[in-house]
Amino acid sequence: MGSQGRTRRGAVVTDPERRETLARTPSPVAWLLVAIAASFLGLFLVLPLVAVFAQALAKGLGPALAAIADDETLSAIRLTLMTVAIAVPLNVGFGLAASWAIAKFEFCGKSFLVSLIDLPFSVSPVVAGLVFVLLFGARGLLGPALADQGLQVVFAVPGIVLATTFVTFPLVARELIPLMQAQGNEEEEAAITLGASGWQTFRRVTLPKIRWGLLYGVILCAARAMGEFGAVSVVSGHVRGETNTMPLHVEILYDGYDFVGAFAVASLLALTALATLGAKSWIEARGPRRSVA
Amino acid sequence: MSQAVSIEEAPLADAERMPAAVGPGRARARRRLLPGFRMTLGITLLYLGFMVLLPLSALALKASTMSGNVFWGTAASARALASYRLSFGASFAAAAVNAVFGLIVAWVLVRYRFPGKRLFDALIDLPFALPTAVAGIALTFLYSPRGWIGAILAKAGIEIAFTPVGVMVALTFIGLPFVVRTVQPVLEDLDREVEEAAACLGATGLQTFRRVIFPTVLPAVATGFALAFARALGEYGSVVFISGNMPMRTEIAPLLIVTRLEQYDYAGATAIAVVLLVSSFALLLLINGLQAWGARAERAEARS
Amino acid sequence: MSIEVRAVSKRFGRYRALDGVSLGIEGGELVALLGPSGSGKTSLLRIIAGLEVPDAGSVLFSGRDATGEAPRDRGVGFVFQHYALFRHATVFENVAFGLRVLRRRDRPTEARIAERVHELLSLVQLDGMAGRAPAELSGGQRQRVALARALAVEPRVLLLDEPFGALDAKVRKGLRRWLRRLHDDLAVTSVFVTHDQEEALEVADRVVVMNEGRIEQIGTPDEVYRSPATAFVVEFLGQANVLHGRVDRGRARFGAIAVDAPEHLGALDAPAIGYVRPHDLELARDCAAGPALAATVREVRPLGPIVRVQMQEDATGAALEAEVSRHELEALGLAEGQRVFARPRRWQVFARPDVR
Repeated sequence: MGSQGRTRRGAVVTDPERRETLARTPSPVAWLLVAIAASFLGLFLVLPLVAVFAQALAKGLGPALAAIADDETLSAIRLTLMTVAIAVPLNVGFGLAASWAIAKFEFCGKSFLVSLIDLPFSVSPVVAGLVFVLLFGARGLLGPALADQGLQVVFAVPGIVLATTFVTFPLVARELIPLMQAQGNEEEEAAITLGASGWQTFRRVTLPKIRWGLLYGVILCAARAMGEFGAVSVVSGHVRGETNTMPLHVEILYDGYDFVGAFAVASLLALTALATLGAKSWIEARGPRRSVA
Repeated sequence: MSQAVSIEEAPLADAERMPAAVGPGRARARRRLLPGFRMTLGITLLYLGFMVLLPLSALALKASTMSGNVFWGTAASARALASYRLSFGASFAAAAVNAVFGLIVAWVLVRYRFPGKRLFDALIDLPFALPTAVAGIALTFLYSPRGWIGAILAKAGIEIAFTPVGVMVALTFIGLPFVVRTVQPVLEDLDREVEEAAACLGATGLQTFRRVIFPTVLPAVATGFALAFARALGEYGSVVFISGNMPMRTEIAPLLIVTRLEQYDYAGATAIAVVLLVSSFALLLLINGLQAWGARAERAEARS
Repeated sequence: MSIEVRAVSKRFGRYRALDGVSLGIEGGELVALLGPSGSGKTSLLRIIAGLEVPDAGSVLFSGRDATGEAPRDRGVGFVFQHYALFRHATVFENVAFGLRVLRRRDRPTEARIAERVHELLSLVQLDGMAGRAPAELSGGQRQRVALARALAVEPRVLLLDEPFGALDAKVRKGLRRWLRRLHDDLAVTSVFVTHDQEEALEVADRVVVMNEGRIEQIGTPDEVYRSPATAFVVEFLGQANVLHGRVDRGRARFGAIAVDAPEHLGALDAPAIGYVRPHDLELARDCAAGPALAATVREVRPLGPIVRVQMQEDATGAALEAEVSRHELEALGLAEGQRVFARPRRWQVFARPDVR
């Protein structure tokens, strides 16, 4: 006889109950801690969020909608969506390749490679923008050569896309690498021994296993790409109606004292943020996993 | 006592080391069964090189063309030094606030049941998802003298927006999820029996926290602190609105880089960027060390 | 110190863990709470420790009501099934913990703490391990650290939850003899929980057999084994052949065999169950020695020093199992398919209402 019996029964039976005991007899300390936590979160998370919507609607729904329907706002939305449409697929492709190489194989320098992938997270967005200016600017390393070809990168759309891609670079890979490492290789190996090709194995075995993690990575990457401010601000050149993404447009409206307009566009961004959080909770509810983005 | 106990097992550490000694060669042979290694690693390295390493090397190259005097003349100018002081000081203070309150929030979310708990739990990640510019204007509104909080504080003669404290408030918002999300899983894995053991041995609630729970979560708190600090150091979007951007007083280092760029002083921008980047890398090393510490502790937990 | 448990009940949601359990434990005794998983034995131990509060009933330590007391005020040492060692602390600090959290005026000096810890470590035969981390120890060593840690505060009661449950069979055997000897040296009132009847019978002074939140029987190992109070106790304490028959005014009849069942004097031709342990079944080639059950040998399987004989009773087709020595087997010359007569030496008879 092993210890299994008690562990199985004991754990299953007593665990939820103990938690219940705790809920049934709330101590003053528990109340105090819950109150502190709720005030802290209320002050730092709930209040700013409420403020965004409240200020957007400060003069009623009409002005808010008018600010959103404005031509410059619409062109900012278009540019933002285009940026997302380029940056996200690039980073998804990279994320899939990197996680396959890192999770499925052993090679030397692997942990170094993982650190390199994380690198953009520890680079200030402003510095991220700066490096592209140094590379592609008028006096940069590659800028003059490209300018001769009639291609302007910095202070134009390509720069915005590049900076956004750089900043959101690790997001998909970081979701997928731990997930694929935890899942192991056995199923893929089984598929290969059954005669599946590498691509078939990926599509029929690996992809279904990682789809929720991939989905979350995509959502997170898209949300960040939409909201990136510092890096984009440095490379954009602030050309109205040309190189403004939504966050930059918020800044321009705000600096022009058009607070309703600024908060109206901001509330669009806040709504996508809330949708991201909702999607995250929904995805997590389907499979217990967590991550620090 | 007896010799009956002479029946001994090998320590677990040894038992675990054994398969590892046989492992790598076999594992490698087995892993290479799967295809796609060259292709995926090739894509990874190529994309990484063009997207990340090439741009960053442009910074290094630019810095290397500067003479030492010019470099330090900018990187260590009085205005730059003031911006570092603010950036480091406010980031440190914000990370410290987050360490304390993040631990409380994580504890409350793991241990207690109360209405709205799931909502709060989901909301923790808001600073990850909310564009920084949105956070910036919202916080500026709240804490400006005519805002909801600022108006109350103004009566008490306290100013937050457009002061270093405002910078700290924005950085606290930005770093809020880090401590909570690193501590939460550690608290969830904490064996309830360990606390019961402490209680049986005569420890009070406070002693149990100080001597048993806190040492266990300390690596996670430290990691979360360092992550929040590193994030705050480079933060730009949420701070520019609330700080007021007064040189020498409320100008953070990333903002100074932008200012230099706008004056087409690429060398000046590069010098400050190098200082910032080197600090970030140092923090990255520290964080890796802290995470290794935490992982060691967790492995120990898994075995004991 | 003596422990008295009075009519304790405990529910967890819809699950009834304990149902009016009463139990007295003498000072210095070593008592085993034995039962299958879900029998309530761990809940009872946790209630004695104060880790769980009973819904009804009380717990008395030396006659004083301790039901509402916190674990830290009870003076109990608790050894957890998975040891619950403080993983961030060394072996030394784990053992010293209980002394360090004493109120300042009661706290021993640093030198005294060190002395006490080393005493305990040598008691549990872990000298020289003081600086190790729990992760660097084997399961058996961790078990002993947990024990030393519990003993450091000089508990008046030592409570052990499945103390050997997480160890492999060989280490378990060594440690339980050692625990018995340790208890004899320290003479501290001890209660341990186990689901392993062999462990309970070997180590304990008295065994409390539990099932579904109730106590089935309390007695010395010999009592519970030789005179089980209920059918459950018989079945839980080892293998037994089950025979179906009838009992009438103190006399039970199972096929060709009739036995006295004085505890069932009141029964009037009631259905009955008889239990016979395999080693209590005597085999013979003829029925000269008295009435016996005629059976056919189905399998003869040597198991080390003994031989297990599987049979099928001719009258009912029921399976029977006997354990005989190799010597007896050779004398009988048994082989598969042969006719054999099985005569029980000892019986336990229960009238139907007892049969659960």
